[in-house]
Amino acid sequence: MLRFADLVDGQELKPLVKPAVSKVQLVKYAGASGDYNLLHTDDAFARSMGLPGAIAHGMLVMGFLGEYIQQLAGVTARVAKFNMRFGAMTKPGDEITCAATVKRVYEDEGKKYVEIELQAAKSIKEIVGSGSALLEFFE
Amino acid sequence: MLDQTIIGKTGPTFMFEVDKRHVKQFAQAIGDDNPLYTEPTYANQSPYNGLIAPPTFPVVAGVEGEGIELDLDEKRMLHGEQSFIYHRPLKVGESLTCQIKVADLYEKEGKKGKMQFIILDTEMRDTEGDLVVTSRMNIIYTQPPVQAV
Repeated sequence: MLRFADLVDGQELKPLVKPAVSKVQLVKYAGASGDYNLLHTDDAFARSMGLPGAIAHGMLVMGFLGEYIQQLAGVTARVAKFNMRFGAMTKPGDEITCAATVKRVYEDEGKKYVEIELQAAKSIKEIVGSGSALLEFFE
Repeated sequence: MLDQTIIGKTGPTFMFEVDKRHVKQFAQAIGDDNPLYTEPTYANQSPYNGLIAPPTFPVVAGVEGEGIELDLDEKRMLHGEQSFIYHRPLKVGESLTCQIKVADLYEKEGKKGKMQFIILDTEMRDTEGDLVVTSRMNIIYTQPPVQAV
């Protein structure tokens, strides 16, 4: 959980390493999100679309970053903005690491904010999602 | 090519319930065990004063909702970017009135020629009519493949 007084521009935050994505997880996410595109759950269908096999929902990867940003916000701040650009494909077996850097710490009209840069990656070269979030502190 | 007349088009309004069991299933699928989503005692004592939904939960409204009638070829649509603007967190148990609208359409020169970008906003309002969250999809609308003569 972040504390406003501890944050400085450019600071790197402790990453979140997710367990490897599993096929069961993709089935669960399909059901929970309502995105039943077979691209995410059926290898044969995915291959017929020219892919090596089923690929994860892009929004599941954003869900990982959402878990990370809400964990960072904890109960000291709320998430005010959150965005992600989709990058490389995520496949079952991939282990995603969520990382964050403090971009800007500031106050505006008596409220405290921190802007955070986010990245979800399989490895240094393979970024599956990149974005940012704005946290507004409760006090 | 799409033209500017689609900007401002809206879909029908629909209700979206932030259902307790649904929120739990959504968080479990992600593997997000934050107690703010599922443990009332913890959440009630927090500044949120109750259970909230995970940050990406509003996308469900876009998928399950009424949508919007646009003359688009789904095969040419690519979800390039997703944003959320939260005025406050979604509270578990509340009902939100939602509507999808075309917020913008613009063009950019890409490697494979002109590309179009469509911005679709799902606005979610509470019973007071106050905006709770805007879920914004940036869609890349690719050009149809050139037919061989």
